[in-house]
Amino acid sequence: MDSRREREPIPMKNRTTVERKSERELVVTRTFNGPARIVFEAWTRPELLKRWWAPKSSGMSLLSCEADVRVGGRYRLEFGHDGSKPMVFFGRYIEVIPHSRLVWTNDESDDGAVTTVTFEEKGGKTLLVLHELYPSKEALDAAIAGMEGGMPESFEQLDELLVALGASVPRA
Amino acid sequence: MVQYTRARLDASFAALSDATRRGVLEQLGRADASITELAAKFHMTLTGMKKHVGVLEQAGLVTTQKVGRVRTCKLGLRELEEEAAWIERYRQVWDARFDELDMVVEELKRKEKVDGLKKRA
Repeated sequence: MDSRREREPIPMKNRTTVERKSERELVVTRTFNGPARIVFEAWTRPELLKRWWAPKSSGMSLLSCEADVRVGGRYRLEFGHDGSKPMVFFGRYIEVIPHSRLVWTNDESDDGAVTTVTFEEKGGKTLLVLHELYPSKEALDAAIAGMEGGMPESFEQLDELLVALGASVPRA
Repeated sequence: MVQYTRARLDASFAALSDATRRGVLEQLGRADASITELAAKFHMTLTGMKKHVGVLEQAGLVTTQKVGRVRTCKLGLRELEEEAAWIERYRQVWDARFDELDMVVEELKRKEKVDGLKKRA
């Protein structure tokens, strides 16, 4: 091993940005210190995807993660959040261009976005742009409004309230 | 509740879509002003300016107070702050994910380097 390389300084943490680009679009960007083929691999191999998609700090845990990354292939992610019932996200990959572009649908509801992720390599680094296009302005507004109170917590509170009222908890 | 938040967000984005109204916000960021002053500044009729201020007020971006015959406008940034707070929370979710992804990328890079060395050996 080249010992000089081993002493390379740890690179600075890159910035994550989020912008509401229009009434229907959200854009997330981040640069990674690695080539596009490696970053792409981390998005497309389920055993790697599951290692980062539910960070510990979020309080969520990934119960299951299936991703058949090819055009028409399906994915399914199941999250647990403390005691509450799992949340499931699923959809289909509609575009897969190795090392450069991934497009998938979010089929949990009719208001789900189409997510496009592009990987642009420059000088050994990769600029990742995640673009979410919602079917309507109302759909994005609702997504924002829904996350505002912290979804799992508010569902938990609703559960408690319904139990207190002696009602059964309806599940979509 | 969702309906309520959605309506407020709709109002905010609609309010910000107009150049004059953005100008009014900028102006009020410097100093409070009466509707008469704003109308003069933007070369508009009182009625026209009242309409713009009404839209901004509806969106919660501006508050007005009438003292005697003068209606004074000031910035009320509550709605904008709320939206910014949501965007920031959403950003933190992705930032935390990407921090973990950084570690996966580093590991794959190391692995690739080792594999490359093995191949050459």
